[in-house]
Amino acid sequence: MTLPQTQQKKVKNFTLNFGPQHPAAHGVLRLVLEMNGEVVERADPHIGLLHRGTEKLIEYKTYLQALPYFDRLDYVSMMCQEQAYSLAVEKLLDCSVPLRAQYIRILFGEITRLLNHLLALTCHAMDVGALTPFLWAFEEREKLMEFYERVSGARMHAAYVRPGGVALDLPLGLCEDIYYFASHFASRIDEMEEMLTNNRIWKQRLVDVGVVTAEEALNWGFTGVMLRGSGVSWDLRKTQPYDGYENCQFDVPVGTRGDCYDRYLIRVEEMRQSISIIMQCLNAMPAGPVKVDDKKITPPPRAHMKQSMESLIHHFQYYTEGFVVHKNETYTSVEAPKGEFGVYLVSNGTNRPYRCKIRAPGFVHLQGLNLMSKGHMLADVVTIIGTQDIVFGEVDR
Amino acid sequence: MQKLLKQVPAWILFTVKQKEETIIYVHPKNIKKLFIFLKDHMNCRVHMLIDICGADYPYRSPRFEVVYQLLSIDFNQRISIKLWTDEMTPIESVTDIFSSAGWFEREVWDMYGIHFLNHPDLRRILTDYGFEGHPMRKDFPLTGYSEVRYDDTQKRVITEPIELNQEFRYFDFASPWRK
Repeated sequence: MTLPQTQQKKVKNFTLNFGPQHPAAHGVLRLVLEMNGEVVERADPHIGLLHRGTEKLIEYKTYLQALPYFDRLDYVSMMCQEQAYSLAVEKLLDCSVPLRAQYIRILFGEITRLLNHLLALTCHAMDVGALTPFLWAFEEREKLMEFYERVSGARMHAAYVRPGGVALDLPLGLCEDIYYFASHFASRIDEMEEMLTNNRIWKQRLVDVGVVTAEEALNWGFTGVMLRGSGVSWDLRKTQPYDGYENCQFDVPVGTRGDCYDRYLIRVEEMRQSISIIMQCLNAMPAGPVKVDDKKITPPPRAHMKQSMESLIHHFQYYTEGFVVHKNETYTSVEAPKGEFGVYLVSNGTNRPYRCKIRAPGFVHLQGLNLMSKGHMLADVVTIIGTQDIVFGEVDR
Repeated sequence: MQKLLKQVPAWILFTVKQKEETIIYVHPKNIKKLFIFLKDHMNCRVHMLIDICGADYPYRSPRFEVVYQLLSIDFNQRISIKLWTDEMTPIESVTDIFSSAGWFEREVWDMYGIHFLNHPDLRRILTDYGFEGHPMRKDFPLTGYSEVRYDDTQKRVITEPIELNQEFRYFDFASPWRK
């Protein structure tokens, strides 16, 4: 008996457009996927749909006016980016920040990390199919944003960390409320972990998906959780401490397998470490000024302006003309929740930055999407975008 | 680090050291050799390219500056490498040494029009499809040349030359007494 010869048919790869408007794309990501059946052969992210020309705009603003742009880059980790910019300007000005301001910066830097990780993890969970943690986390995020509001007047775009310190001192009673929050927050994390960590579906979707080896992670310039997930112990808060992080005791969680599940566990552990840092800051919060005394860099206090004409003139000049930074350049980076956030700032002796390049972690991570999603199913692409913790404000700038 | 760089004096024009930051100036033709040296030498192990950044100085010749930020995880050391180029001279791409250079070089190409030789995929990245010009150049106006809007009669998004209701206002607050 002869079987009829089955014909080998050449099948062309199928090109799929993912986005630009897709709920799992975390913003405006257009992903051109080359599919072989349901397996991704090649992923080509098209970015720039949210490009606002931040770097160009900053060149036309004074140093102080440029600061609020940093809130709007990665709009879920605002103060960390302000801190990066402020540190860069301080480095150019060669000034050091008072101790209390440093502690406030760390305190709010860690609150920002909680804000970011809560969003990152639970949006990731939502993309994969678990809605409940998302709803729980947003309740907690609301409390954290209330702290933002109380300290700066704005829930998200705070413009609170400024060159030379912070804008205002902490209002009365805020530290107690943060303490109350931090002492209860650990059990909120436990609740979330109960939903996810040993969840069968969650594990099936995450374990061994998007594996990155340490070598690949370095080669592709991954930083932050993406690098630590692959087993490289690298945290700028530990290795190149800034703003007094060297005085804080905390651990750097490191993954072993480099898959999405490891990165999830690292983010959870980082939240726990953040609580511990917040507690340390609250306990050690020193008294004193929150701004540098150099009145060229910081505005005069309100009380002086009521009494002295010179202060009033200076206040006006400070907010219109700004301050002059002599010719220099620096690359300064901080450990933002998403990875290394760097600012390359060139000054030319005027009141405006000559060039301000923003090194966004998401930009680099998204570049690695092709590497991570090759050979995975279409549904895993969503998982990988979620684990990369992409926010388009910073990717497109 | 300084001692290491003495081994390759021919590739380096000069070095500038300020506080913790080291900037190495190189000739564009040596950039790949230097990168391979830095990556593979056992006392450098610079395995990470953190950033590539362009900068425009129209009054200089050659006008563009390209700055590479490198990081050695093993030695906890950062290095900046700088080179100069102009619109016409391409630089060799370093994508085969550091994969992360791919998008960074695309961005520099998009923003400044600096060409990279042997780049596998040198398309525009941040600007719109069909965009013309290189927006981060200092002679490119902040408002740009064109605007897009939805045209109701043609039922599609159209691009047209920009029309400003108000002239772009650029305040120079620098105090006249201090000039």
